[in-house]
Amino acid sequence: MLEQVKDFASHFFVTGDPLIYGADVSIVVVSLAIIFVLTYFKRWGWLWREWLTTVDHKRIGIMYLIAALLMLFRGGVDGLLMRTQLALPNLHFLEAEHYDQIFTTHGTIMILFMAMPFIFALFNIVVPLQIGARDVAFPYLNAISFWLFFFGALLLNISFVIGGSPDAGWVSYPPLAELGFDPGPGENFYLLAILISGIGSVATGINFMATILKMRAPGMTLMRMPMFTWSVLVTSMIIIFAFPALTVALALLFIDRLVGAHFFTLTGGGDPMQFVNLFWIWGHPEVYIVILPAFGVFSEVVATFSRKRLFGYSAMVASLVLIGIVSYLVWVHHFFTMGASADVNTFFAIASMVIAIPTGVKIFNWLFTMYKGRIRMTMPMLWTIAFVPCFAIGGATGVMLAVAPADYQYHNSYFLIAHFHQVLIGGVVFGMLAGMYYWWPKMFGFKLDERIGRWAFWFFNIGFYVCFMPQYALGFMGMTRRMYTYPEGLGWGPLNFISTIGAYMMGIGFIILVWDIVYSIRYGERDLTGDPWDGRTLEWSLPSPAPHYNFARIPVVTGRDAWWIMKYQMKPEERPDLGPIRPIHMPKNSGRPFIMGVAFFVSGFGFVFNWFVPAIAGLVVVVLCLILRSFEYDAEYYIPVHEIEETEAALGRL
Amino acid sequence: MSVAVHPNPSHGPQGAAVETEHGHEHDNGSLYVLGFWLFIIQDLILFSCLFATYLVMQGRTAGGPTPKELFDVPGFSWETFLLLTSSFTCGLATFQLRRGKAASTIGWLVVTVLLGLGFVGLEANEFVTNALEGATMQRSGFLSAFYTLVGTHGCHVSLGIGWVILLMIQLARRGVTPVTFRKVFIWSIYWHFLDIVWVFIYTAVYLNGLAR
Repeated sequence: MLEQVKDFASHFFVTGDPLIYGADVSIVVVSLAIIFVLTYFKRWGWLWREWLTTVDHKRIGIMYLIAALLMLFRGGVDGLLMRTQLALPNLHFLEAEHYDQIFTTHGTIMILFMAMPFIFALFNIVVPLQIGARDVAFPYLNAISFWLFFFGALLLNISFVIGGSPDAGWVSYPPLAELGFDPGPGENFYLLAILISGIGSVATGINFMATILKMRAPGMTLMRMPMFTWSVLVTSMIIIFAFPALTVALALLFIDRLVGAHFFTLTGGGDPMQFVNLFWIWGHPEVYIVILPAFGVFSEVVATFSRKRLFGYSAMVASLVLIGIVSYLVWVHHFFTMGASADVNTFFAIASMVIAIPTGVKIFNWLFTMYKGRIRMTMPMLWTIAFVPCFAIGGATGVMLAVAPADYQYHNSYFLIAHFHQVLIGGVVFGMLAGMYYWWPKMFGFKLDERIGRWAFWFFNIGFYVCFMPQYALGFMGMTRRMYTYPEGLGWGPLNFISTIGAYMMGIGFIILVWDIVYSIRYGERDLTGDPWDGRTLEWSLPSPAPHYNFARIPVVTGRDAWWIMKYQMKPEERPDLGPIRPIHMPKNSGRPFIMGVAFFVSGFGFVFNWFVPAIAGLVVVVLCLILRSFEYDAEYYIPVHEIEETEAALGRL
Repeated sequence: MSVAVHPNPSHGPQGAAVETEHGHEHDNGSLYVLGFWLFIIQDLILFSCLFATYLVMQGRTAGGPTPKELFDVPGFSWETFLLLTSSFTCGLATFQLRRGKAASTIGWLVVTVLLGLGFVGLEANEFVTNALEGATMQRSGFLSAFYTLVGTHGCHVSLGIGWVILLMIQLARRGVTPVTFRKVFIWSIYWHFLDIVWVFIYTAVYLNGLAR
């Protein structure tokens, strides 16, 4: 009996690596510390009432933000481990298998569990405030989306210490990812974690599309919408059209692994390239899903801190939509080497280059917005300005990769690695950090410290170039991605060493960023006006942080940059009469989205190990939650007028 | 029972512009209908990916049964007949719903559910018969794709049956109210959508398989 338990435990828990024992200890210690703090300060009820059951878009956004920063830390540590391993030739800091696991989780986490929640954080925090709405279209569904993301991310992360991490790369290509070549639960963790969080992502796409199409304040026509909201609208469209392809690709691979089907196997009539195609039919639009909201942030930041309206608004909208459409026509450029005919490769090469045109339009429009503007070099503006050259270089190397014949040379080399890190860090991460600094006062009521922020900015920025510029050269010198060590005498040592130094500089930059947050919680400049940056859009018309119903009275919009017009261009007598305050209809909090997340987690965990009792039990609970929701007829309530008046008076708005 | 006629939520008052009366948009049926259409779009893409995979896989029989050997003409013809008829009875239910007649709506929904159950039963029978003859999912790429595509549709139909049973209970308890109207209306979109998907399965899978 004892032997059986020991045998089970030695497979169930990951053993044998001191790094992982260290992680085990830290996980236990941190969990105990959290439980202790919550118990000691009697905060369990608060946590449940105010956060776990909330359907308020602002709080859900904050939870997404916290999760994204935690995942940026985890993915960043993975990156640093890889760079440490590659710093010198012939290093054996990590075993080959461990290295495989780390590059797999690094990619998966950074795209799906860092970039996605970061954009969703900004969707949630900003969009309803920008369009003059009181919440998203489906607040209950919004909470479900968050908890599915959260428990999906948790499922992937526990694979580190339980069962073993996935190790077939973040793209998880079969036949390598099939059961025959990759037994064990690691790959199942990957598949189920992404399938679960993917349901949440599609629901978010639907939710925000409906919100933006139906819930704008009176007078806000589509062409009066703030540019960030436009970017979210186009992104939501891409999410709705792209994510099902990922669901299908991963579900079919899971069916192969679970019951022995032959979709992507080498025997029995399977075709691995079918997976690769399905994956990238999602995968390429996915990069636009994460970059377009960053473009939206830059448009808001540039206009605000240049004190000018955005240059070329219609061209900006058109290029967003064009990027959204063309993003579906380029997926084959991820595998020009598949061996498709020259005609096919030519089509996808040209389509890939075409994307550079609307992107270039956007870059020039941002520059023209700054031209003759009164530029204030705040933190959001610094990240935005740093983005421009970084993304331009990344875009140029992207066009190089899009040249199909040349791609046969660059394919899967460090040139590619440098390219996509340049557009994803220089584009998405810079954009999300700009957005975080910009809307931080709206979320929490205080600004992040600029002085500390600048240290973080320069460390991160210089570190980025030191880390990734050498990798372009390494790619030309023949270094391919995913190699875990390399011999001496190839001349790769010095460049790799420099690259590692850059990676650590970025790590220091991240730590300073976290310090900036901690410091500013205590000492940050409080925002008492609600409009700390002299903003242009409706979210700045509200107090910081906004009351939970957002707008006591729904504003009437008379043009683009609605708040700017109200502040500076409208005479008091021209203001539309919004009438008296009326009772506000709001959704009630609910614990069910959280419980559904837990149930999905239990079910997913069961499927990972082929334990069908918890797998089915989890799904039964999910169905029960759905049935209970169907019979729920009192999910909403009214906030009485006197309560609104008291809140507004306390905020100094009456 | 007789309740006042309720407007089609998809043509209801549009969006937030008219909405400041109650301060919140959530009793606006058109919002839910739009959200559900967006869900249908993503479901359509999901099925498209499964269809594409099936078309790639249909010749990959790995020495196992071919579509021509496998498909049972009377079987899938009856399935088609039942499901298309259920879409018609679903339309009759919606017609009664618009007239505010809860009892006859429920009556037609019961007929729809019975037809749907007949469809699912025939499909399950088809699958089991095939599997007993050795044509299992594990046999070839073609069969993996066949069972997954047709089975996904079958799961959708089964889910739709469970869903509408919940709605019939609510209709019986509450009659036709704006909320129950909206719920049944959205369910009917789902049901018709599954019918359309089946038309594609009928042509792309069954007829196409026999013609090869």
